[in-house]
Amino acid sequence: MSVLSDPRWGEALAHLPDYLGSHVRVSVTALALGLAASLPLAILSRNRPLLRGALLGFASIVQTVPGLALLALFYPLLLALAAITLSWFGFAFSAFGFLPAVLALALYSMLPVLRNTITGLNGVDAAILEAAQGVGMTPRQSLAMVELPLALPVMMAGIRTAAVWVIGTATLSTPIGQTSLGNYIFAGLQTQNWVFVLFGCIAAAVLALLVDQLLALIENGLRSRSRLRAALGGVGIVALVAATLVPTMARSSSSYIVGAKTFAEQYVLSALLAQRLRAAGLPATSREGLGSNVIFDALASNDIDVYVDYSGTLWANQFHRTDIKPRNELLGDLKAMLAKQNITLLGELGFENAYALVMPRKRAAELGIKSIDDLAARASTMSIAGDYEFFSRPEWAALRKTYGLSFRSQRTMQPDFMYAAVASGEVDVIAGYTSDGLIAKYDLVVLDDPRRAIPPYDAIVLLAPKRAGDEKLKAALQPLLGRIDISAMREANLRAAGNDASSSPDAVARWLWERIGGR
Amino acid sequence: MLQSVAYGASPRNDNCAGNGHYAGEMTQPEARMPANSLIAYANVAKRFDGGRVVAVDNVSLEVAEGELLAIVGSSGSGKTTLLRLANRLIEADGGTIRVEGEDVRATDPIRLRRRIGYVFQSGGLFPHMTVADNIGITPRLLGWTAQDISARADELLDLVRLERVSHRDRLPHELSGGQRQRVGVARALAARPRIMLMDEPFGALDPLTRDALGDDYRELHKKLALTTIMITHDMAEAILLADRIAVMHSGKLLAQGTPAELAASGDPYVGDLLRTPRRQAERLNKALPRGGAA
Repeated sequence: MSVLSDPRWGEALAHLPDYLGSHVRVSVTALALGLAASLPLAILSRNRPLLRGALLGFASIVQTVPGLALLALFYPLLLALAAITLSWFGFAFSAFGFLPAVLALALYSMLPVLRNTITGLNGVDAAILEAAQGVGMTPRQSLAMVELPLALPVMMAGIRTAAVWVIGTATLSTPIGQTSLGNYIFAGLQTQNWVFVLFGCIAAAVLALLVDQLLALIENGLRSRSRLRAALGGVGIVALVAATLVPTMARSSSSYIVGAKTFAEQYVLSALLAQRLRAAGLPATSREGLGSNVIFDALASNDIDVYVDYSGTLWANQFHRTDIKPRNELLGDLKAMLAKQNITLLGELGFENAYALVMPRKRAAELGIKSIDDLAARASTMSIAGDYEFFSRPEWAALRKTYGLSFRSQRTMQPDFMYAAVASGEVDVIAGYTSDGLIAKYDLVVLDDPRRAIPPYDAIVLLAPKRAGDEKLKAALQPLLGRIDISAMREANLRAAGNDASSSPDAVARWLWERIGGR
Repeated sequence: MLQSVAYGASPRNDNCAGNGHYAGEMTQPEARMPANSLIAYANVAKRFDGGRVVAVDNVSLEVAEGELLAIVGSSGSGKTTLLRLANRLIEADGGTIRVEGEDVRATDPIRLRRRIGYVFQSGGLFPHMTVADNIGITPRLLGWTAQDISARADELLDLVRLERVSHRDRLPHELSGGQRQRVGVARALAARPRIMLMDEPFGALDPLTRDALGDDYRELHKKLALTTIMITHDMAEAILLADRIAVMHSGKLLAQGTPAELAASGDPYVGDLLRTPRRQAERLNKALPRGGAA
């Protein structure tokens, strides 16, 4: 019973109106858009084999693109589009969150609707079509009075499939800034909060099942030509949408939005920032689980107000610099480069979260490995694991080039699992993070980087262009600057990796605030 | 036995009122003059598959007002194609077709179809519409009021001998084959057409139902002063119901005329077709020596 009495269920429940409302809003809009695009296309292409083939082919290809990638692709696409509309027509739109999520999900919903509508229409008996012509119907009348009514049950089956797909896939819109039930899942996975993961999965599944059953009721009503059942299903859908949208509408949107990337440290820091803002009387909400390619652009285009990034990440990924400078010099350059985009580098938090090659202390001692130089001599017989980004990042290229590293095999892993993997010997080396609490927990050692292939990774607070002159905001965050050292952050991260009530990002952030002597 | 067939001695007479002065359903068929054809095919040709299949080959055929013409032929003879050319369900490749004196190519096909009744082989009823909605479809397309449509549907249910109350709100799949075909006839008659095109209307029915429906339609044809082309592959049915018979074979019109005129044709295929019902009758007489059920 301790599972159910866990206070995190209550915490999860408190988020439900916001997450569920956003989830329903994005799903319903996407589905409506998908239908609005698919139905006319299906009708148009039903007697044109070439167009039909092209459409179904396109929709099938879209379906094979993983949902996460499809969603992520829409963000840069829309950013570029927004830049064009700004320079040509003088207005821009937010390429963050809702819009890319809706477009990607709408695209995702098209295949089942297209296919079933075409199948349904083509399945109408030729004799019936001829009769429609024979009694004097125009092609349009034949479509409206005979073909569509007869194809409707098959079309509804397609719409049901699309609805379930969209509701399920919408959980993946969290990394592009759209709040959804995926927030539970992403946050839960990153902070080892299985209660959240479970809650998010159950909520999404229940929503999908409910919508599916309501649509089934409509479909059933249409099939058996029972207006009552069809109407009942329709009313159910409308009621569901209304119920989930009302709390969302009532929410104010004037608060400060604190961004967080997709790992535990970011959840803790964003919670800490939000707490500081609220303590200073500024309303603040967190937008968590943003992809690291999305979050900087979101800040630059004022979609979020503040977040913590790392100097080396910006240096290499955002500004595409391959040279490596001493710490202070790099920070100074970065500040100047950011200022050109009107982004304020408020200051450093005091610790570094750098990529580092990490292995078990005992094993390193046995093999006599202290630095990456030592490792390079033995790497050809060893395996390495890194997070989803690492092997495509410039740091990895720099490491390989500088030290001549060549491993027997390399694997990509969920960050939380790779520490356990290296501790158990499943892999020999991992590309870990220096501030990770698991380094201490599993008795691992960070290998020295004597040739400084990896740039410094100071945690820095960035403010959006529209907050450049916001003194209240700056004052509220000032007490954090330079105060969080590596040991404090490691311990905070270790706590966040725990699996109990005191490991929620909010709780850890409060602990961290006390630890650094905040009052 | 066959001699006892009463009608079919000569083409039915035409209306002396002439074209454009059509007075309604109950015009007396007696006051008619010959040679006033409502449907006239002249040298009509139709090919399919880019010209490789000749479905209708240089056919000329006239149907007089008030006449019931049966087109007889085996499947693939082109008889259904010939029928569909009349209301432009299919477009001709050559020749001219006139309906009520008008070249069909010069008329709007939608309006043409709305003023010609068409009965499909297997009923062709819309499965998602009730009997009344099926019957009322052409009036609805013509913009009649709901009240008029409903009244017309009841009227037609009476006409085709289906009980109003128990039939009007049923769906086609709840009806028997014979009932469906009666609804098909009612639907074709709904907008008060002068012309009826029937594509093997009774072909899929059991013999008893078929007989009853054939007789009933013959009566309607007379009562409503219709002009009908009926397609059948059954020569006996054609002889029993039609005023005149046209025989199609491989896209060609082999012969046309009353049964007696056909019998005089020297064409061996036509002769074969005409002998079949008689041969069957003789075999029946042998098998049922006391004159069968009669």
